[in-house]
Amino acid sequence: MNHSKRKSFGMSLFILFILIPIYWLLNMSFKHNEEILGGLSLWPQDFTFDNYITIFTDPSWYMGYVNSMTYVAMNMVITLLVALPAAYAFSRYKFVGDKHLFFWLLSNRMAPPAVFLLPFFQLYSSVGLFDTHIAVALAHCLFSVPLAVWILEGFMSGVPREIDETAYIDGYSFPRFFIRIFIPMISSGIGVTAFFSFMFSWVELLLARTLTSVEAKPIAAIMTRTVTASGIDWGVLAAAGVLTIIPGVLVVYFVRNHVAKGFALGRV
Amino acid sequence: MSWMAWTPVTASFFSIIAAILACMTFYEIKVPCTERKGFLPIPTTRGDRLFIGLLSSAYVHLLFVGFSEASLFIPLALCVVWLLCLLRWG
Amino acid sequence: MNKVENNKAWWLVLPVFLLVAFSAVVPLMTVVNYSVQDIFDANTAVFVGVEWYREVLQDSRLQDSLVRQFIYSFAVLLIEVPLGIAVALMMPTKGRMASLCLILLAIPLLIPLNVVGTIWQIFGRADIGLFGWALNSIGIDYNYASNTADAWVTVVLMDVWHWTSLVALLCYSGLRAIPDAFYQAAHIDRASNWAIFRYIQLPRLKSVLVIGILLRFMDSFMIYTEPFVLTGGGPGNSTTFLSQTLTKMAIGQFDLGPAAAFSLIYFLIVLLVSWLFFTTITHMDKDK
Repeated sequence: MNHSKRKSFGMSLFILFILIPIYWLLNMSFKHNEEILGGLSLWPQDFTFDNYITIFTDPSWYMGYVNSMTYVAMNMVITLLVALPAAYAFSRYKFVGDKHLFFWLLSNRMAPPAVFLLPFFQLYSSVGLFDTHIAVALAHCLFSVPLAVWILEGFMSGVPREIDETAYIDGYSFPRFFIRIFIPMISSGIGVTAFFSFMFSWVELLLARTLTSVEAKPIAAIMTRTVTASGIDWGVLAAAGVLTIIPGVLVVYFVRNHVAKGFALGRV
Repeated sequence: MSWMAWTPVTASFFSIIAAILACMTFYEIKVPCTERKGFLPIPTTRGDRLFIGLLSSAYVHLLFVGFSEASLFIPLALCVVWLLCLLRWG
Repeated sequence: MNKVENNKAWWLVLPVFLLVAFSAVVPLMTVVNYSVQDIFDANTAVFVGVEWYREVLQDSRLQDSLVRQFIYSFAVLLIEVPLGIAVALMMPTKGRMASLCLILLAIPLLIPLNVVGTIWQIFGRADIGLFGWALNSIGIDYNYASNTADAWVTVVLMDVWHWTSLVALLCYSGLRAIPDAFYQAAHIDRASNWAIFRYIQLPRLKSVLVIGILLRFMDSFMIYTEPFVLTGGGPGNSTTFLSQTLTKMAIGQFDLGPAAAFSLIYFLIVLLVSWLFFTTITHMDKDK
């Protein structure tokens, strides 16, 4: 018993370590700037929603969330559409150059976004996509697609080949088999892949900021606006930060039972 | 395409790489190769050896550029020999 | 699993191939082109050969940030991997508590990188942040904006806070894959907790740990936003890592040539390390 008590004590400590910084942000988002700068208080003395009201009534603020959501959703859809057939090919067939292609894909996941910054900027400007949602989505695909292929390949390899063969004998065509039988079988893998595309695209700032200026500006870039000549508007900054955490928490709630397996890229 | 700022040198560099890849693919389809163990510590296929050769060549060139004033044709010649050895015996 | 040889599978891979080729190969070629020229504007460029590479390789600022980058990556790996394993071992195995812990652990992973920076920027300040205030009130003179050591502690702590969960979740899923029979056998043999960990749990964690180390190494090696927001690379250049140096060059000063040469060297380092890791992973898969 003593052993398990020690365990839960250690676990609580770690959870506390994770939650306290977040609590501090939450705490600050409900305070006025005078209270924030006036002195330290563990909870808001003068509870206020003003910071949130500022964000929800100003289109230049809340459009940032809309922009971010738009390109994240685009990125998820594109990633899944192209990664599903590719992962199936990698998990089922041997073909010329398969291993090298796989490694090449992965090497893109590992390349620092900073390396691609400059050419992306030039590339998307030259094809007229600069400052559009699709440009950011495509740029993020470079990183999310390889990871998606890797995860899905892990999940698909866990499905026995016999299922494919039985379906063909039963007269299913490939597309019908793929959509009606195969995809439902790896639905948790697809959920996890979507989660990872979401995660990557949602947290990324460097590319999203460089490829946009006004129309598609992500919330993360707008947050730098709170730094003005008269100092930083801490309350609004904290409120904006809290609002960026919420979608992530919602998403993780839906895939909570598959997260761990997904992080192991389906390879447990 | 002007924003890509092509130069004759880089254009021929990429053409050579593309040509090597095309040859390797063609060769692979005609004569599929199997993994084998050479002087490298791990068993490799032809494509693995090409990749190892190209990557190590890049590092050799960087070393020469960074730490000596010698002409780049010296590492280039070295690397071609190294690449061929690697493909044959690696 | 036995795979069927079939070159028609290329048709299934083609969309991915085209998409990634468009956004990876074209930019990469452009970087190579930039790296051998001195570019004044869109129409004027002079071929300079390998001059930029020489300049970049001999630039002490870049060498310093490379050294810092390696120290940083190894420091976070050294802390996060053992801590992550420990957290995974402490996690409840079943029930509501397990789901709750999973969700709480995953939260830091889903916070936008700049918000992570903001959280710690606020949290570490002596006047308005709990952490900085607490340290100062127990007599430690702590200020991450002016003291190099403090800045490093904060940046590393932030990374530990942000990413230990990733290692923990990976190990957690690895541990769940161990059949109960193993533990029962160990119980009958009266194996100590250490023996269970060393001979039953750790071997099973090997493959997930390699993935975890790979992901953590890559991501810490390309870290940009968090230290940028937290310390701005300062005090001085003491927390300026590779990506930030590169970004400053490319976007800040618009030195296209040197920035491109630097990008390629950066890319080659990452390529070598990831190839080593990838080869290790595939060989481990084969041994199974």
